[in-house]
Amino acid sequence: MIPLLLGITVICFFVMRLAPGSPTDLQTQMNPKASAEMKERLMSLYELDKPIHVQYWSWLKKLGRGDLGTSFSSDHRKVADKILERLPITVIINFLSLIIIIAVAVPIGVLSAVHQDSLFDKVTAVLVFIGFAVPTFWLALLMMIFFGIHLGWLPISGLRSLNYEYLSAWGQLADLVKHLILPVFISAFGGLAGLSRYMRANMLEVIRQDYILTARAKGLSERQVIYKHALRNALLPAITILGLSIPGLIGGSVIFETIFAIPGMGQLFYLSVMARDYPTVMGILLIGAILTLVGNLIADLSYALADPRIRIS
Amino acid sequence: MGFWKMFYQNKLALTGCGIVILLFVVSLLAPVLAPYDPGAIDLKNVLAPPSGEHWFGTDQLGRDVLSRMIWGARISLKVGFVATGLAILIGMVLGAVAGFYGGWIDAVIMRFVDVMLCFPAFFLILAVIAFLEPSIWNIMIVIGLTGWMGVTRLVRADFVSLRERDFVRAARAIGANDARIIFMHILPNALASILVAATLGIAGAILTESALSFLGIGVQPPTPSWGNILTAGKDNIDIAWWLSLYPGLAILITVVGYNLLGEGIRDASDPRLKR
Repeated sequence: MIPLLLGITVICFFVMRLAPGSPTDLQTQMNPKASAEMKERLMSLYELDKPIHVQYWSWLKKLGRGDLGTSFSSDHRKVADKILERLPITVIINFLSLIIIIAVAVPIGVLSAVHQDSLFDKVTAVLVFIGFAVPTFWLALLMMIFFGIHLGWLPISGLRSLNYEYLSAWGQLADLVKHLILPVFISAFGGLAGLSRYMRANMLEVIRQDYILTARAKGLSERQVIYKHALRNALLPAITILGLSIPGLIGGSVIFETIFAIPGMGQLFYLSVMARDYPTVMGILLIGAILTLVGNLIADLSYALADPRIRIS
Repeated sequence: MGFWKMFYQNKLALTGCGIVILLFVVSLLAPVLAPYDPGAIDLKNVLAPPSGEHWFGTDQLGRDVLSRMIWGARISLKVGFVATGLAILIGMVLGAVAGFYGGWIDAVIMRFVDVMLCFPAFFLILAVIAFLEPSIWNIMIVIGLTGWMGVTRLVRADFVSLRERDFVRAARAIGANDARIIFMHILPNALASILVAATLGIAGAILTESALSFLGIGVQPPTPSWGNILTAGKDNIDIAWWLSLYPGLAILITVVGYNLLGEGIRDASDPRLKR
């Protein structure tokens, strides 16, 4: 965990240094918006006049204090503050999509394994295969056209309607939910195909095990065999897959937040990249990696929690 | 049953192969196949819906969408192959070295892989692009540099299981050096899984390029790419559905093609499936 964290900071630091020549030169040459003051601030942030290990160490010390530097954008705000105010939206949307991924993919995987080679299995296999290949941003566009413009059912941009202030508490909640449906669906979509296919493969392996035969032999109903004995064992490895899908989810937030104009961390990242606001870009890169690390840690812990064999060792 | 026989009997794999070959042909013959000049602006014919004249309609500058998509096929083919080639090269060398030598070299390389995997790939790509100019070459390099970790793990696993085998000992006995053993004796045995990873990797690289171009940080207009036609689709989402529909469909079919081909190769080369 700690070595990984250090490794992450080293890579972030070197991405910053990746530009040919001094990063400040590159910025002043290529960015008409760069001023002498910006160059100075960048110089002081990374102490570019000192040897590289000194630079890294003082940058790391600043990180330890939660100091990610000051944004280059016109608001001159602390990068950490800018990220923190947008982080909850991204985390909530990703959390909701994780729940949807589990709620949809697990039953699909289980049902197609239990009814192997049935029509349901074949149809979902095709859908899963297409799911792997669909560019999510394209799917987002199509859904915006169909549900937003053609049918007019769902809003296609932002998190709130213009009249949000005048709605009742329930009305506000309903408004928020309506705005969230498409982004959450799009964000979940990428993970759905992967997890359901994985669940199917797991389930197929588990129901061929001896203890399932035992469960059947002692006269348990098919329901109990599948949902109590088989499902629990097939679910275990899926936790790891969920952990592994977190970077993809966070990375995808750039795409859906940009398309749906949602003021989260992904959109901030996109805007910062476009504006070459390097301190913010580096800050979000770092936070994204740390979020992934935390997600994986949670997956590992819940795996241990769910599987007694791991707890003992 | 041999590899080719298995492959020929797999209808899905053949379909994938057909799609990939079709894409090659379209890319090669783009100047002949495209009905219009992909850059020809026709301001009298802006955002025209699909018709006999313009099968897939025209964009916000009156350019023929079908012609731009045909030229865009070249871009995605190029990005797919160069980016994946780079990723495979890095992954193959690092994985071979890690798996062959083991010990601290292995530990260092594999921890590096773990760290790289912590970064949401799309974040890393965007961050690096922010420091470089968005150009097709930079995109290909960055996608390649952020996509080699899976291949490294794969090749390492193959090497770990192969390095103690008799044919390796025999090679060593006749005096072959490490490089010869790695590249001439072990690597050919890992080729099938590398080929599968490469085919699936091309699909992933094409998806990533289209997403980057869609966000305006990939292939820059006026060079046509499937992703940047979709940007125009988003800008005109309420009036021109054809700008959104067709390029995405092209991406989908391409990615399905490479995925089918990759899985076909996997099935045909998997000894467990041979009867």
